[in-house]
Amino acid sequence: MVTEFETPETLSWHVAAPISAFPTDGGACVKIGERQIAVFNFSHTGEWYACQNMCPHKMQMILSRGLTGDQNGEPKVACPYHKKTFSLCTGENLNGDDYRIETYPVRVEAGMVYVGL
Amino acid sequence: MKNIVVAGNGMVGYKFCEKLLARQKEGLTDGGQFSLTVFGEEPRPAYDRVHLSAYFSGTSADALAMAPASWYADNSIDLRTSQCITHIDREARTVTTHTGQVVAYDTLVMATGSAPFVPPVPGVQKDGIFVYRTIEDLEAMLAWGKRATRAVVIGGGLLGLEAAKAALDMGLETHVVEFAPRLMPRQLDEAGGAMLRQKMEELGIRIHLSKNTAEFEGYDRVTGLRFADGSVLEADMVVISAGIKPRDELARQSGLAVGPRGGILVNDLLQTSDPDIYAIGECALHNSMIYGLVAPGYDMADIVATQLLTGMSAKTFAGFDMSTKLKLIGVDVASFGDPFCEQIPHRTIVWEDRLAGVYKRLNITEDGKHLLGGILVGDAEAYNMLLQTSKNRMVLPPTPEDMLLPARKGDTSSAGAGVMALPDEATVCSCEAITKGTICTAVTEKDATNILAIKKCTKAGTGCGGCVPMLNDLITETLKAQGKIVRKVLCEHFDLTRQELYDLVRINGQTTYAEVLAQYGKGCGCEVCKPAVASVLASVHNQLVARQAVIQDTNDRYLANIQRGGTYSVVPRIAGGEITADKLIVLGEVAKKYNLYCKITGGQRIDLFGARVDQLPYIWEELIDAGFESGHAYGKSLRTVKSCVGSTWCRFGVQDSVAFAVELENRYKGLRSPHKLKSGVSGCARECAEAQSKDFGIIATEKGWNLYVCGNGGVTPRHAQLLATDIDRETCIRYLDRFLMFYIKTAEPLQRTAPWLDKLEGGMAYLKSVVIDDVLGLNEQFEREMDYAVATYQCEWKSVVDDEDLRGQYRHFVNASDTDDTLAFVPNGRGQQQPANW
Ligand code: SRM
Ligand SMILES: Cc1cc2nc3c(=O)[nH]c(=O)nc-3n(C[C@H](O)[C@H](O)[C@H](O)COP(=O)(O)OP(=O)(O)OC[C@H]3O[C@@H](n4cnc5c(N)ncnc54)[C@H](O)[C@@H]3O)c2cc1C
Ligand code: SF4
Ligand code: FES
Repeated sequence: MVTEFETPETLSWHVAAPISAFPTDGGACVKIGERQIAVFNFSHTGEWYACQNMCPHKMQMILSRGLTGDQNGEPKVACPYHKKTFSLCTGENLNGDDYRIETYPVRVEAGMVYVGL
Repeated sequence: MKNIVVAGNGMVGYKFCEKLLARQKEGLTDGGQFSLTVFGEEPRPAYDRVHLSAYFSGTSADALAMAPASWYADNSIDLRTSQCITHIDREARTVTTHTGQVVAYDTLVMATGSAPFVPPVPGVQKDGIFVYRTIEDLEAMLAWGKRATRAVVIGGGLLGLEAAKAALDMGLETHVVEFAPRLMPRQLDEAGGAMLRQKMEELGIRIHLSKNTAEFEGYDRVTGLRFADGSVLEADMVVISAGIKPRDELARQSGLAVGPRGGILVNDLLQTSDPDIYAIGECALHNSMIYGLVAPGYDMADIVATQLLTGMSAKTFAGFDMSTKLKLIGVDVASFGDPFCEQIPHRTIVWEDRLAGVYKRLNITEDGKHLLGGILVGDAEAYNMLLQTSKNRMVLPPTPEDMLLPARKGDTSSAGAGVMALPDEATVCSCEAITKGTICTAVTEKDATNILAIKKCTKAGTGCGGCVPMLNDLITETLKAQGKIVRKVLCEHFDLTRQELYDLVRINGQTTYAEVLAQYGKGCGCEVCKPAVASVLASVHNQLVARQAVIQDTNDRYLANIQRGGTYSVVPRIAGGEITADKLIVLGEVAKKYNLYCKITGGQRIDLFGARVDQLPYIWEELIDAGFESGHAYGKSLRTVKSCVGSTWCRFGVQDSVAFAVELENRYKGLRSPHKLKSGVSGCARECAEAQSKDFGIIATEKGWNLYVCGNGGVTPRHAQLLATDIDRETCIRYLDRFLMFYIKTAEPLQRTAPWLDKLEGGMAYLKSVVIDDVLGLNEQFEREMDYAVATYQCEWKSVVDDEDLRGQYRHFVNASDTDDTLAFVPNGRGQQQPANW
């Protein structure tokens, strides 16, 4: 994996895929090292988000295939299995369960999408 | 500053804290400040014991918490968990815990609850014998249950049956042993108990009545129960649920008065024999009663909180109604008011339907004016209404027996409007003691117009949840009374009903979700409105769902049903269940090549499970080459039209049911609808295709076909109702076109035909007038739209297989050609594979 940028914190940016690999207003899964990361974009706000691909409910590698949307402006993804929804900003479960997912920063430059891990 | 100490952090102890804070916020304080210290013996803050069984189905301990630990801290409550109070010094007014912590009190509130009563049967200490009260109990049961095969629950009361259902759900062979000659002896009469027994046995739970356990057998772990009559029941797990024993040991030891059979004695102010010490909840003995339910406990908590903060004793505890509705066991059971009326002169009305497993009994006054109580088994829909009618001594209608009959289909006047007849003081939510008046005010003045808002605003419906249907009716009826039309809007992003959106899209012709959202919605959408809009777009334009994959539910996004572990299933259409030997061979060959698990479905076709997402287009390519098409098992669309073999082979058949089923399946295949559609065609009245359990079902007669509509299996099975008799093939198809289009246009998202008909004003009579007599004048349009849908049908899988772009969506990673290495299979022991357990 190519490490393109270094930031003051120990965050390193990894190439995910070109913008065109991602469906508009949807998600796709990228492999970075041995990790599966779900990457989403919202055309409405122009924002990109990334999180772990695994749903913590039943440990399924699936979140990239979930429906996205917002709850009162908070961007979220719904797991396809049992519709548990997670904030893409904080990783918090929005149904009041105590599951939580990791979220990661995303950067888009020159048509390429990068995830900070 | 007054020091208040609470002994016990259970449901009632928690509620006391909450009420105290609420009263303080309302400004009811007489100026005095208080400090609040709470001791709980359990390791975690109070949790919802009522919904404890949800722990088995995956609800986490934290989700069950009444409030997180931070709530106590935020409200300056000193919560000390894992601390058992072992001593009260009433002279010095201090409590001491088992670790030696000492705290002084001005007022002590005992909320120590109860413990399961464990009968002193020899051998009761053996391993494998459990009680059912705390999260730790459930954890222990779960761990043991993994290695057990047969569970016996001792006690056929409310909690015992709940424990039995939990054991059954753990996959164990389950037995219930009851000492009394019937189940739930305190709530049900003999006939009700017998009906409940029948229902429990249908669920697979074996019931043993009039059994007195004399000994638990086994060396150190339990192997069985020996009864007083000498018989033996083998078991490797036992759950004791033989009643509760109030936890009065601390009170007893501190010299407080306790009842002869246990319980801390309290007066109407809930004071114990020491006026500075109160007792509330399941440990309190009031007027010779221990209340084993939350609602009375909450009432007590409220009374003490109000007293302490106002210094007034305006409110006293006046006993509580023991009406109960059993939850979670898969059978409706309820008893309310005085279920037996052994002491009071009364008349009894009974309705019994053994076949359906329904028993209802109402006790009414001799003059027939008032309802005294009753019992409901098998159908407790009317529980809330009946409970309120009896509690409020409402005058009964001249024919009270009507209240017992199953709700009449399509009769929308009954339930909903009934709630408005209740007086404002009627308690609707007994857990939180919220009246009808409070709910209606919240609706009219605080704009709480949905159930979530009502819960937030009034707390009604947050306890056992039993009142939620009634709350919904109240919201609807209150809004209606205000002249506001009640609309079931899609979600926070669309202030429109599905029907309104359908009409707008049809008239204005939007074809994408983005256009629809931009025109009629706001925000980014969500998992509710995206599939709903997708379904509308598909119904109106019959366009390919794969072109807008990201707004589809996952099954529609990949045109396959997702399975445990992350693989998908493949279900080709086998119209009418008819298939040639050659096609069977192809299915077998494809399954073998991709190592797929094969199963005949409940819908007369073949399901191939375990395909990776990237394999789907290849598998379908081979199937399509052999003449198969998509079976739409993933879509909200027509599934199968089942058939029986019919007159071509069967000696009883009067029409060719297979040919008709194949024709109907091919006509309506791919038709997108609010929910899935299923059908069946039987060749004679013997009904081997189960047509009457379908959304539309057809049964051959000597003269033609009988058409039934709006049935389903599933969670709430419903028989389809007769729409037309002895019609010919063409008429049948026309009626179906109209019926289906009318449903597709007017139903709510994910509403199947039977619940749709229930909500259709005028019911079946109205549906007939639309479909047969064309009262809306829309039939021509319905038929035209259906003809369009039929003409534009395309096999979704063929479209994907033939399109490189669409095929490209079928991969696990967009930046690597690897497959998901977390997929794992294990042998299923019968020559095939299954996903590793999750
Ligand atoms: C495969 C099959 C079980 C089997 O192996 O036999 C099945 C499997 C599922 N059923 Fe079913 N049902 C199957 C026949 C039935 C039947 C029997 C029938 O059709 O005659 C019923 C009762 C009849 C009815 O629907 O009225 C049935 C009532 C349900 C329900 C309850 C519907 C309801 O209105 O209450 C659901 C849940 C839902 O749709 O919301 C459901 C949902 C499901 C889902 C889709 C759950 C899900 O979302 O994953 C299962 C998908 C498994 C899969 O990926 O294939 N399934 N399901 C059957 C497929 C039939 C077919 O060939 O298409
Ligand atoms: C499986 C199950 C299902 C139920 N279903 C229903 C239902 O559907 N409807 C209904 O109304 N009711 C139901 N109940 C009953 C309901 O849970 C109880 O009525 C309610 O929990 C009583 O609350 P409580 O606070 O009085 O007692 P508890 O919830 O038992 O709380 C008492 C707490 O005090 C602690 N304690 C005891 N002594 C001490 C001490 N000396 N020092 C410190 N802490 C102490 C205990 O450990 C416990 O945590 C159900 C109960 C169970 C177990
Ligand atoms: S009944 Fe249907 S939904 Fe339930 S487990 Fe079986 S296949 Fe799945
Ligand atoms: S696996 Fe994600 S919600 Fe259940």
